[in-house]
Amino acid sequence: MSLKAVRGFTEGIPHNKALGMEMLELDRGEARFKLPYDPKLVGNPDTGVLHGGAITALLDACSGASVFAALTEWVPIATLDLRIDYLRAAEAGRDVIAHATCYKKTRNVAFTRAVAYHDDPDDPIASSVGTFMLSTKPGSTK
Amino acid sequence: MTLVEQLAAAKQSGDYQALLDAVPYSKFLGLSARSDGDALITTMRFADHLIGNPALPALHGGTLGALMESAAIFELLVRAETVVLPKTITLTVDYLRSGKPVDTHARAFVTRQGRRVTNVRVEAWQDDRGKLIAAAAAIFLVKPAQE
Repeated sequence: MSLKAVRGFTEGIPHNKALGMEMLELDRGEARFKLPYDPKLVGNPDTGVLHGGAITALLDACSGASVFAALTEWVPIATLDLRIDYLRAAEAGRDVIAHATCYKKTRNVAFTRAVAYHDDPDDPIASSVGTFMLSTKPGSTK
Repeated sequence: MTLVEQLAAAKQSGDYQALLDAVPYSKFLGLSARSDGDALITTMRFADHLIGNPALPALHGGTLGALMESAAIFELLVRAETVVLPKTITLTVDYLRSGKPVDTHARAFVTRQGRRVTNVRVEAWQDDRGKLIAAAAAIFLVKPAQE
């Protein structure tokens, strides 16, 4: 699947747009997304820190894009599971970057790992692993 | 009012919607909460901006994760005897069926309440309570807000 097609597909997703997500980089089996800080995504109004859910959505979207970027031809995919470890609180007022890698692809399943960070990938806010079913029928994840 | 004060007020009045509305991200997702007997049900009202796959169409996986995490936190806030703000350590979501463009409900069950850590599992469904669209397991760090 061409990287241009992945970019167009990802940027057209309504929830990605609603979150203000931007695709920074796309390479074979790799994606880097930015979630700009936005007060509407705050989870704790006292501290201004983003809600974990917004970071979940960012990691899910970025991981899915890394799978598309690893495919040679377009097939529908569906997230089977996603595990997120919250390593530390995000800092108020700062953008969050996600970097995802599709590190293994079999005939049926693709495996991803990703980190979310402010500016240093070695000082992550969250890390995740995911599995994606390939060539799903519409409406099913199996 | 701080979130902790708001939480204390909600625990007194039993009106948790005000607490949900105080969290910008919960409003963004369109969350509401209601009691159903002993159960606390958190609902994410369908809106176009929750779509992750316009072709099907289907909900974005991130919105389901966020709904279930919120339902778990809510359950802990309601159940806890003291006012605590749980911190998510880890969240694992199993996606079972694609989310249709309709309202989604979630209910959390506390598996084990420890002194520092609480394990919670969460179920999410749409029009059929017996057909789960997602299931999650979450672990929270729970300590009194004063600490």
